[in-house]
Amino acid sequence: MTFSIMDFVIFGSERSMFFPPPTSSTAAEVDSLFYFILWVCIVFFIVIVGVMGYCLIRYRERPGVKAEPSASHNNILEVTWTVIPGIFVGVIFYWGFVAFLDLRQSPDESYEIQVEAKMWNWSFTYPNGHVDNVLHVPVDKPVRLVMTSVDVIHSLYVPAFRVKMDVLPGRYSHTWFEANTVGDYTLFCTEYCGTKHSEMLSKVVVHPSGEFEKWLEDAANFLERMTPVEAGEILYQRRGCAQCHSIDGSAKVGPTFLDAFGSEQSLMDGSTITVDENYIRESILEPQAKVRVGYRPVMPTYQGQLKDEEINALIAYIKSLSEGSQVNP
Amino acid sequence: MIVDSNSEKIIRDDGVNYLNCDRGWKSWAFTLDHKRIGIMYLAGILLCFLLGGIMALLIRAELFTPGKLYLTEDKYNEFFTLHGAIMTFLFLIPSIPAAIGNFMLPIMVGAKDVAFPRMNLASFYLWVVGAIFFLLALGLGGLDTGWTFYTPYSTTTNSTVIAATMGVFILGFSSIFTGLNFIVTINKMRPAGMTWFRMPLLLWSLYATSIIQVLATPVLGITMILLTAEKMLGVGIFDPELGGDPVLYQHFFWFYSHPAVYIMILPAMGVISELMSVFSRKPIFGYRFIAYSSIAIALLGFLVWGHHMFLSADSPLAAVIFSALTFSVSIPSGIKVFNWLATMYKGSIRLDTPMCYALSFILLFGIGGLTGLFLGALATDVHLHDTYFVVAHFHYVMMGGTLIAFLAALHYWWPKMFGKMYSEKWAKVACLLIFIGFNWTFFPQFLLGSQGMPRRYARYEAEFEGLHRVSTTGAMVLGVGLGISACVLGYSLWRGKRAPRNPWGAATLEWQTGSPPPHHNFIGKPVLTDPYDYDDLVFDEEEGGFVRRRRRSSSEQEKPIKEPSIV
Ligand code: HEC
Ligand SMILES: [Cu+2]
Ligand SMILES: [Cu+2]
Repeated sequence: MTFSIMDFVIFGSERSMFFPPPTSSTAAEVDSLFYFILWVCIVFFIVIVGVMGYCLIRYRERPGVKAEPSASHNNILEVTWTVIPGIFVGVIFYWGFVAFLDLRQSPDESYEIQVEAKMWNWSFTYPNGHVDNVLHVPVDKPVRLVMTSVDVIHSLYVPAFRVKMDVLPGRYSHTWFEANTVGDYTLFCTEYCGTKHSEMLSKVVVHPSGEFEKWLEDAANFLERMTPVEAGEILYQRRGCAQCHSIDGSAKVGPTFLDAFGSEQSLMDGSTITVDENYIRESILEPQAKVRVGYRPVMPTYQGQLKDEEINALIAYIKSLSEGSQVNP
Repeated sequence: MIVDSNSEKIIRDDGVNYLNCDRGWKSWAFTLDHKRIGIMYLAGILLCFLLGGIMALLIRAELFTPGKLYLTEDKYNEFFTLHGAIMTFLFLIPSIPAAIGNFMLPIMVGAKDVAFPRMNLASFYLWVVGAIFFLLALGLGGLDTGWTFYTPYSTTTNSTVIAATMGVFILGFSSIFTGLNFIVTINKMRPAGMTWFRMPLLLWSLYATSIIQVLATPVLGITMILLTAEKMLGVGIFDPELGGDPVLYQHFFWFYSHPAVYIMILPAMGVISELMSVFSRKPIFGYRFIAYSSIAIALLGFLVWGHHMFLSADSPLAAVIFSALTFSVSIPSGIKVFNWLATMYKGSIRLDTPMCYALSFILLFGIGGLTGLFLGALATDVHLHDTYFVVAHFHYVMMGGTLIAFLAALHYWWPKMFGKMYSEKWAKVACLLIFIGFNWTFFPQFLLGSQGMPRRYARYEAEFEGLHRVSTTGAMVLGVGLGISACVLGYSLWRGKRAPRNPWGAATLEWQTGSPPPHHNFIGKPVLTDPYDYDDLVFDEEEGGFVRRRRRSSSEQEKPIKEPSIV
C-alpha cells in the first residue's frame, strides 16, 4: 500500500492512511471525531514544538548572558492555558459520548444474530437455526449481535465497521452495525484468550440486498441438498473442527483426520481403541470420555449443538479421508 | 572532607564516601544506608530492564513476518506477558522512587537517612523475593495470561499464574514500604525552614506517588490473593461457572493499575520539573501549580479506572462518567507541559545530556498524552481499544515518559551517585538514537492500531506487514541506543573524570555535599537555600563545577537581597 502526501493532508479521503474505508452507517462519524482530535493534537503539538524550538534558539546559554528575570507565575496565563485546552477536551468528550450512544443503541427493527465465542472460533446462529462460523449479513439493514462466550473473555471486532464489544462468559453483551457496502471484511478477536488468540479470526460477508435471504435458506438446508460427505466437509469448516484437526496428516491441537478412520489408537488410560463410527460419535459428544495419548483434553463437547444428521455427515466425511475405510465395516 | 565556610570550596578531601567507607559484601547486604539500598535497587531494576528489553526485541523480531518466524504462539504469548509484567512491576514502578528517590530524597531534605532504614532494607529484599517469583514463573514453563491476569483465562489456564501473582503480592509490600518511608521522611524530617512550598518539586511528586502506593497497592494485594484463592480453591468470585463475575476482577485490577500509571509518571514529572529549572537557570514557572497538581493527579487518578473497561460491560452510563473523569485528569498533566516550557522562556538554556533527555521527555510524553484523547473519547475508543494504537499510546507514556525521565535522572545524578563524569558527547549520541529509535518503533504502531491490528497477536494479516517491519527495524535502533547509553555510563565508572560536587549548578541540597556523598550525607549542616535560585552559583575552574558565591553585604544594592529561604 502506498500513500501520497495528499492522502495525509486530506485526512478522511477515500484512501486514508489511518483507516480502512468506512463501510457501516456509524463509521463515518467515528472517523470525523478521530480526525477532529487528530487536528487538535497536531495544533497542540506544533505549539509545544514551536515554543520549545523558539526558547532553545533564542535563550540558549551565551557567555556573559544570564537568565533574564521573569515572573515565576502568571495567573492570567495559567488560567488561559487551562481553559483553552479545557474547552477542546470538553468538546471531544461530548462528541465522543454522543457518537458512543449511537454505537450502543441498536435500532428497534434490527435483525438479530446470536454470537457464541469459544477458544478459538466464532459461531453465528441465525433466526432460522442455521449455525455458521462466518458472519453473513444483509446490506443496509441494522444487525444486532447478542453475544456470549462459553469459556474465557473474547471481544468481537470488525475494523471496517469501527465496531467492537467484549464477549463474556455467563452473560450476554450486545452490539450492532449497519453495513452499507457489499463485500468481505475481517472479524478479529481482540481480547487475549490464549494460544490461538491471533488466529481467532472470521469474516463478515455483506450480501447485496435480496440475496441474503436466499443464501440463508440454502445454507440452512445444505444437509438435504448435499451428500453426507460434502455436508460433513462444510460442517468441519463451519463448526470449528478445522481449528484443531487437520486433514493433511499434521497434528494440531487435536489429532489429524487423515487416515484416522479404522486406525488403532492408544488412550490415556492405557487401553487401545479402533476409530469407528461409535468412537467418533462419542468423541464429538463426550470428548473427555476417551482421550488420546499425546493430546490434552481440550476439545469442547458438541452435545446439543450438532443434530444427529450432522454428526452422521461428519462421520461420513472423516471416513472419506481414510483410504482403507471400507475394510473395517 | 573539609570545606571552606566562605566560598564553600573543598579545602581538603580525605576521599572517604559512602561507597568506600565500609568494605565486603556484608557491608552491602546488611546496610541500612539509604544510598547503598538505592544503588542495590538501581542494579536490580537495571537487570530487570535488560531482561524485559531483550524480550521486547525478541517479540519485535518475531513480528517481522506475519507468519511464524521462530516463536511458537505459546512462546510468543509467554514473552509478551513477561515483558509487560517485568517492565511494569519490576522496572517502572520502582524505577524512579525506589532507586533514585531512595538515594536522593533524604539528602534533598538534608537528613542522614530515611525515617525507617530497616524497613527500607526490607523493602529491597521483598523486591528481590518478588523478582525471584517472576523468574520462577518464567522457569516453570511460562506465564501466558498477559500482565493483566484477566479472569477467567488466568484461573483456567494451567500455567504458572500462582507464582506470578505471589510475586506481584510480595512486590506490592515492597512498594508500600518505600511509600510509607517516604511519607514519614518528608513529613517529619525536613529541616526547620524547609516548608512545604520550599521543597524541591521532586519531593512533592514523590510524596504524591507514595500516597498512591500506600493507598492503592493493598487493593492489588487483595486482588492477587482472591485470584490465587479462586484458582486453588475455586471460591467462585470471578469464575462465572461458579456464579462469579469476571468483570469484577477487571475493576479490582484497574483500581490499582490505573493509579499505578501515576506511580510511574508522577516521579518522572518531578524529575523533569527539577531539570527544566536547573538547565534553564531559572526558577520553575508556577511552582504552586505543579505542586498542587501532583496531589490532584494522585487523587483524581483513583477515579478513572473504568476507562479500561468501556467495552467490558453494557452500561453506557458508567462509560460516560469514566470518560468525563478521565478527561478531567488530563488537564493538570497537560498544563504541566506548559509550565515546563514557560520555565525555559527567558532562561539561559544549557543542553547537557540530562536536559536533552528532559526535552525528549516533553515531546514523547506530549504525544503520549495527546493520543490519550483518542482513547478517552468513547466513540473512538470503541475502534481503538485493544489495538496497537493503545500499545503505542502507553509506550509513549510509559517508555517515552517514565523511562526517558529515568534516564534523565540517571544522567543527572550519576556524578553524585558514583562521583564520576561520563562522556557528554557519547551520552548525547545515545540520547538522540534513543529518541529516533523510539519514534521509529512506536509511531507506526499508531497507524497499525487505527487500521485495525489487534494487540497481543503472535500472527497477523499480511496487510499489516509493512508497518510491522518498520517498527521492528526501529526497535533495533532503539536497542542500539540503549546499549550505547549503558556503555557510556559503564565506561565512566572505570575511566570517568572525577565529578565535582555540583557539576550542573543546581541549588537543591544534594549538590552541597561531596560526589559521592559521605556516609552520613553531609559533613556539618547543609545550608538551606531556595531550591530554584541560581543567582549565587558560579562556575569555578579549579573545582570543575559550580560553587556558591556568598552574597556580599548590603553595600551592593543593585538588587535587594531576598534571602531566598531561612538559613
Ligand atoms: C479446541 C480444539 C478442538 C476442536 C474445536 C475440536 N476438537 Fe476434536 N479433538 C481435540 C483434541 C485435543 C482431541 C484429542 C483428545 C481427545 O481425544 O479428547 C480431539 C479428538 C477428536 C476425535 C477423536 C480422534 C482420534 O483420532 O482419536 C474426533 C473424532 C474429534 N475430535 C472430532 C471433532 C469434530 C468432528 C470437531 C468439530 C465438530 C472437533 N473434533 C472439534 C480438539 C478439538
Ligand atoms: Cu482472543
Ligand atoms: Cu488507565
